[in-house]
Amino acid sequence: MNPREEKVKIITEEFIENDEDADMERQKKNPKVRRQPRKKQPPTAVRKEMVSEKSHLGNQQEPVQEEPKTCLLSMTARRGPQSLPPIPSTSRTGFAEFSMRGRMREKLQAARSKAESALLQEIPTPWPRRLRSPSKKELETEFGTEPGKEVESTQQEIDSQSHSRVKFHDSARKIKPKPQVPPGFPSAEEAYNFFTFNFDPEPEESEKKPKARHREGTNLEQEEGEEEPPAHGGGKETDEEELLNGDDAEDFLLGLDHMADDFVAVRPADYESIHDRLQMEREMLFIPSRQTVPTYKKLPENVQPRFLEDEGLYTGVRPEVSRTNQNIMENRLLVQDPERRWFGDDGRILALPNPIKPFPSRLPVETQELSIKAELETMYKKAVKYVHSSQHVIRSGDPPGNFQLDIDISGLLFTHHPCFSREHVLAAKLAQLYDQYLARHQRNKAKFLTEKLQALRNAVQTGLDPEKPHQSLDTIQKTINDYKSEIRQTRKLRDAEQEKDRTLLKTIIKVWKEMKSLREFQRFTNTPLKLVLRKEKGDQKADEEAYEAEIQVEISELLEEHTEEYTQKMEEYRTSLQQWKAWRKAQRAKKKKRKQAAEEHSYDETEEPHPEEDLVKPIPPEPTDRAVIEQEVRERATQSRRRPGEPMLVPELSLAGSITPNNQCPRAEVLRREDVKKRSLYLKVLFNNKEVSRTVTRPLGADFRVHFGQIFNLQIVNWPESLALQVYETIGHSGPTLLAEVFLPVPETTVVAGRAPIEEVEFSSNQHVTLDHEGVGSGVPFSFEADGSNQLILMTSGKVSHSVAWAIGENGIPLIPPLSQQNIGFRSALKRADAISSIGTSGLTDMKKLAKWAAESKLDPNDPNNAPLMQLISVATSGESYVPDFFRLEQLQQEFNFVSDQELSRSKRFRLLLLRSQEVPEFRNYKQIPVYDREIMEKVFQDYEKRLRDRNVIETKEHIDTHRAMVAKYLQQVRESVINRFLIAKQHFLLADMIVEEEVPNISILGLSLFKLAEQKRPLRPRRKGRKKVTAQNLSDGDIKLLVNIVRAYDIPVRKPAVSKFQQPSRSSRMFSEKHAASPSTHSPNHNADYPLGQVSVRPFVEVSFQRTVCHTTTAEGPNPSWNEELELPFRAPNGDYSTASLQSVKDVVFINIFDEVLHDVLEDDRERGSGIHTRIERHWLGCVKIPFSTIYFQARIDGTFKIDIPPVLLGYSKEQNMILERGFDSVRNLSEGSYITLFITIEPQLVPGESVQEKFESQEDEKLLQASEKFQAECAFKFPNRQCLTTVIDINGKTVFITRYLKPLNPPEELLNVYPNNLQATAELVARYVSLIPFLPDTVSFAGICDLWSTSDQFLDLLAGDEEEHAVLLCNYFLSLGKKAWLVMGNAIPEGPTAYVLTWEQGHYLIWNPCSGHFYGQFDTFCPLKNVGCLIGPDNIWFNIQRYDSPLRINFDVTKPKLWKSFFSRSLPYPGLSSVQPEELIYQRSDKAAAAELQDRIEKILKEKIMDWRPRHLTRWNRYCTSTLRHFLPLLEKSQGEDVEDDHRAELLKQLGDYRFSGFPLHMPYSEVKPLIDAVYSTGVHNIDVPNVEFALAVYIHPYPKNVLSVWIYVASLIRNR
Amino acid sequence: MMTASPSVFLLMVNGQVESAQFPEYDDLFCKYCFVYGQDWVPTAGLEEGISQITSKSQDVRQALVWNLPIDVTFKSTNPYGWPQIVLSVYGPDVFGNDVVRGYGAVHVPFSPGRHKRTIPMFVPESTSILQKFTSWFMGRRPEYTDPKVVAQGEGREVTRVRSQGFVTLLFNVVTKDMRKLGYDTGPADTQGVSGPSPPQGFPQ
Repeated sequence: MNPREEKVKIITEEFIENDEDADMERQKKNPKVRRQPRKKQPPTAVRKEMVSEKSHLGNQQEPVQEEPKTCLLSMTARRGPQSLPPIPSTSRTGFAEFSMRGRMREKLQAARSKAESALLQEIPTPWPRRLRSPSKKELETEFGTEPGKEVESTQQEIDSQSHSRVKFHDSARKIKPKPQVPPGFPSAEEAYNFFTFNFDPEPEESEKKPKARHREGTNLEQEEGEEEPPAHGGGKETDEEELLNGDDAEDFLLGLDHMADDFVAVRPADYESIHDRLQMEREMLFIPSRQTVPTYKKLPENVQPRFLEDEGLYTGVRPEVSRTNQNIMENRLLVQDPERRWFGDDGRILALPNPIKPFPSRLPVETQELSIKAELETMYKKAVKYVHSSQHVIRSGDPPGNFQLDIDISGLLFTHHPCFSREHVLAAKLAQLYDQYLARHQRNKAKFLTEKLQALRNAVQTGLDPEKPHQSLDTIQKTINDYKSEIRQTRKLRDAEQEKDRTLLKTIIKVWKEMKSLREFQRFTNTPLKLVLRKEKGDQKADEEAYEAEIQVEISELLEEHTEEYTQKMEEYRTSLQQWKAWRKAQRAKKKKRKQAAEEHSYDETEEPHPEEDLVKPIPPEPTDRAVIEQEVRERATQSRRRPGEPMLVPELSLAGSITPNNQCPRAEVLRREDVKKRSLYLKVLFNNKEVSRTVTRPLGADFRVHFGQIFNLQIVNWPESLALQVYETIGHSGPTLLAEVFLPVPETTVVAGRAPIEEVEFSSNQHVTLDHEGVGSGVPFSFEADGSNQLILMTSGKVSHSVAWAIGENGIPLIPPLSQQNIGFRSALKRADAISSIGTSGLTDMKKLAKWAAESKLDPNDPNNAPLMQLISVATSGESYVPDFFRLEQLQQEFNFVSDQELSRSKRFRLLLLRSQEVPEFRNYKQIPVYDREIMEKVFQDYEKRLRDRNVIETKEHIDTHRAMVAKYLQQVRESVINRFLIAKQHFLLADMIVEEEVPNISILGLSLFKLAEQKRPLRPRRKGRKKVTAQNLSDGDIKLLVNIVRAYDIPVRKPAVSKFQQPSRSSRMFSEKHAASPSTHSPNHNADYPLGQVSVRPFVEVSFQRTVCHTTTAEGPNPSWNEELELPFRAPNGDYSTASLQSVKDVVFINIFDEVLHDVLEDDRERGSGIHTRIERHWLGCVKIPFSTIYFQARIDGTFKIDIPPVLLGYSKEQNMILERGFDSVRNLSEGSYITLFITIEPQLVPGESVQEKFESQEDEKLLQASEKFQAECAFKFPNRQCLTTVIDINGKTVFITRYLKPLNPPEELLNVYPNNLQATAELVARYVSLIPFLPDTVSFAGICDLWSTSDQFLDLLAGDEEEHAVLLCNYFLSLGKKAWLVMGNAIPEGPTAYVLTWEQGHYLIWNPCSGHFYGQFDTFCPLKNVGCLIGPDNIWFNIQRYDSPLRINFDVTKPKLWKSFFSRSLPYPGLSSVQPEELIYQRSDKAAAAELQDRIEKILKEKIMDWRPRHLTRWNRYCTSTLRHFLPLLEKSQGEDVEDDHRAELLKQLGDYRFSGFPLHMPYSEVKPLIDAVYSTGVHNIDVPNVEFALAVYIHPYPKNVLSVWIYVASLIRNR
Repeated sequence: MMTASPSVFLLMVNGQVESAQFPEYDDLFCKYCFVYGQDWVPTAGLEEGISQITSKSQDVRQALVWNLPIDVTFKSTNPYGWPQIVLSVYGPDVFGNDVVRGYGAVHVPFSPGRHKRTIPMFVPESTSILQKFTSWFMGRRPEYTDPKVVAQGEGREVTRVRSQGFVTLLFNVVTKDMRKLGYDTGPADTQGVSGPSPPQGFPQ
């Protein structure tokens, strides 16, 4: 950068800063930037620098000089020249606080600045000078403002400055005034001028300068003296510059620009000392002190701190803040906010109470296990019809209610109040007693009873009258007795009543006396209560007479009673006396006897005690004494009755008394009265527990009565649930306190406004109040006695007088909620029944009819009893007849509904979208749902609807046999439910699903990778590298291919030349000739059986069909062909869905069919033989291998030799010749029968099979066992990760079950046992065959990728479908029951992969059974499909294979050797005796032969139709004769299990169908549904023959086994008539 | 061709993956792809793209500029599953292994016009410190099995990510027939622009 430019920049910067008069820091920074260029300044600038230096030196000296005086001064001095003249005020504020001296200076400066501003105005404009030579033009613009300084700048300067002209213009202007600034100080310019100039004509300056000089002269001179030498020595200038302080440097630079030879504004460099800076920092910065702030500072003046807490107000706990922080904050706030808004009354910072609770507010849960269980236990509670609820919710059918309830609160009266004085208490008591008295008086029970008594007595009198003879004596006596007892009762009652009256009167008088004495004692009266006893004097004589008569009557009655009693007692006495006498006599007689006996016999007997007790002699009852009775009666009478002549006392309570005025009362009483005055009350009206209104607040009267007299009209919508009044009391200005709550009864519907009586409701409160005046308080004991005895505790109580009624509307209809009528079920039901009976049930739904009925019956619409009906009718007739008969849970849902549900389902588009989002299989991958309904074809839904329809319909067409159809449905349902269950689990992603992350290498991997470094780059024996696995998601159609590599086959059946050993040589020879004709072109004519080597016995090729794609190999020759061909078949996932779940459920099967290619010469005419060859290629099916795709998918690759399924009878082919052809094959193979094919199948690219859901299932197993099994599995997996180890499995209910529970001897069907009663081996084979006939259904297909479900044997037999495990378990159980030693073998087999086989121990050797095919193999059979063995499972233990090898050929099956087999239950963990999950016994129904026969016919029909369908272009003829022959033959095959019948069969056939060329074979399979049968027939390709005269034969035979296990035989054949 | 009632609407997106700020990394390249719902079909242009490797600019901005053009047209019947662009940025680590430097996704803007979007990017974190070290050492950082998961919500709860860097995208969006099908995505003021022919043929 050009140094000049920079300078310019800096200068402008500085001016800005100066204007701002702040930001010292930036200034400080500037010098650093500046310094560099300064140093680099070209030599031309030296002169200027020298000058400028001088100038700044001059300026700088000032602060230096002044510093000793005061820092402040220096600042003003420095600032003075720098800052713009018109703003001295800015600086002033800064200094204001400092010192007097400062102020003085300030004044001085103010004066100066005035002068300056005056000067500024005088400055002449630069314009006149513009007319000077152009070369100087620029200069003029810059410096022209300087009137007295004509500048002669050098040319270079002009150039360099030209671009910064404008800025300089400004700066110069600003600078210019400076020299004139402080009259008292020399400016930079002045200083310079002082030394350099001749003081020419400038009058002002010259005037000033001397002034300045005078003032500072001496100092300056000194300084200059010192500084001058360096100023002269030009070389040192840079050094000196560096000494300069930053601020000065700017000035200095400024100076540079201005002054060339003729200097304009030379400014001194400012120096800012550390003190200045500190000073300035002090201005800007503030360090709050940590000292405690005295309280008075924080409060407004003359305010005393007020501590709310001490005043009894709750303040809460302030949050904990450390003292220092608090102090700092307070200090800070004091400085920042002088208004002290942040401080509270107590002089502390305002703070909310700490909201954090010190302890968790969650209720502690009882941690005892038992109690938890108890808590979690569910209890059955019978559903209760909740009638109430319907009352509160007005149904939508009701009109929006404007019902009205009028609550009239007239007043409140306290029967006790804390402010009661003792007198009040007594007064209240008196009033209460008086009320009681009045009530009693009104009823006058005593009088009533007296009269009743009188009447009864009269009745008795009349009853005794002899004038009424017509009544029998008995009845009279009885009634009289009744009367008498009645009299007795009544008398007693009357006496009691009379006594009560009397005591009441007495108490009233007593209380009144007490009150009077109290009034006297306290010498003032509080209550106006006054009791007057009115005496009613009666006729003394009559009174006495009546009294006496009454007594007499009573006495006589009593006497009568007593005599009655006496006679009764006498009676009793007499009888008992007689008894006693008799006893006495007997006693005496005994004694006598005894005496005699004693005399006669021995002496000692006399001393025998009497064995019998003495009867006490009865005492005769005393006769009643009249005097005594009279005494009693009189006593009682005096007690309870008014004495004769005594005046009748009638108490009268009046409020006529006068209350002592306040001034005559003692202080305590005055206080009490004042307190009472302070109190006021109001009531809140609560409706359904919500406050709806409240009364005005009324003061409590001296008589403790409050009058409200307010009526509240409650507009209500709901039927009132509760009505309550709350009594609130306010004392003085404090808040109201709830005294009590009173519940008001909801009025009857008949109670309407105007008719409601005022009722009183009592309330009481349990508050405890102690008062410090006369008031007795509430809930505290007090006493009237001086000694404090006889304490009373009274609670605040009182009465509210109110009335509640329903309002009446304008038209006179009571505004009662309609539901009120439906109070309680039966009443309304009765009413309804009324209506129903009169209009019939249909009328109930027909509102119009109902209304009609109502009109006809002249129902009173105002009768509340009819209200519900009227309501209903009015609603119905008003048009809104929609009365919902449901309760809507989410009322607002409808508002938010996008469209109505009907519309949603009507719109095809929405429906499609909905179904897709529900992931309905048919629509899951539906793409591009059209915008318009019309674009959606109806047929889109057809399949789906059909499926929905069929869900519950058992369709027999497909399955034919109903049981199986049901099973299929059941399976479907289980599948759906299981899938739904796992759908959620499947959405639980694991990290591995989302993120690819390298596993942490362990030592061995690290070691291996280290070894790898040393590995050869190109090893001699390269190892196969694993292919990259592809996750399924980003695949599309055509990406996946199925590779089938067909390597070779062994022991393919060879064509059997027609041999002459059969009976019909002629026919056979014809056949033979055909054969001969077939191969002449390719073979030498020696077609004799004796030339096996020369003849091409078979020309097999392999056809692989998968998903309707068919590929085939080339044709090879011979029974042991080698193709070594790779076939590529495309794979297409269902619906284009390549997700793992979808791939797992692919049910397609790879069919590998082996055919024999046969060439037929079709030339009819021998003459043409020379010129052309006409042959027809026929292919004869030899056998097939089926591999399900799911197996390939899970296995990733299938590599091995498979046994070819060859039909038991293959006409025209035999295997015998193979023996002859045998060349160098090892003898082991000879053991096996059948043909084999070696295959390698894989999927390209390799797919990652979905992992089964790793979820813990609930289990009923012992936790310990589960842990042990986990441990066992982990150990095994650690040692041999590839070997299958199974300890627990999941049953059909999704529960974890220990595996050995599945094994238990189970009885095979009786039928099978009876076939070979003596041959165990044959029985075993038969049983195995039976098991294999149960159809196979892999779990992975049904429960895609979820898990392996094990069903028990009975479930398996019921379902009639299962995979290897179920078959193996059943077979093993059968073997166990046959007494064999049998185990379940878990291992890998081809092609199934991980599977279950059964191992049995026969004499001396082991047999391995394939439960799905029923075949068995010896342990050393090479072609045994079981390739490795993971573990053996017995009924009571599990053994894991820990041998080095796992091939059955190389291992020892002796499980007793712990070195070879690791057992689960051992000495450390003994077998706990697990109960089996299997049933006790399997029950087999005998199979229904008729049903089987029917099924057989139907299958045959279906298959025939199918074959005709497959041959659309040809005529399909059926040979009935052949069919019947075949049908006869099939049962034989079943009996022999397809073995050793070929020859007989062939002979038979030949015999019957001599003139046909015949090709066909029986197929055998277990029956599950029709489709597999059709597929199997189709795969043989029998229908493919297109010879015109071909005929077909098809026979089906179904052999039923117990439990509906069906063995199906299909014989399919094509016949060509030989000519 | 003013067909009375179109059965699809079209969405044309062009623009570019302009630049990125990855202060710590250099020599990055990016891949983009679109994720869209079942009712969407790309009709023209490229759904996926991969950029050149770019180095940081030497100035203070340190921007990584790709200017990778995006140009694709979708047709759809349903705005559900509106396309999202998913970006993944890769670059070499200290050992020269290509590792992922960021994933990000953003919806294509709904309204027609020019839109600039800056997407924050993130990468999955290693599950443990040891993993982190080994992944750093082996140059095999955790990556998403499929970058498209960043456009979906499913299964994200099992992952932990760290944010790093930003990518700036420019979209120019043109739609056709959206309003005719009843979807109005334009800003309120442009509604009048549709001019004399009022929208017609709403699905009834």
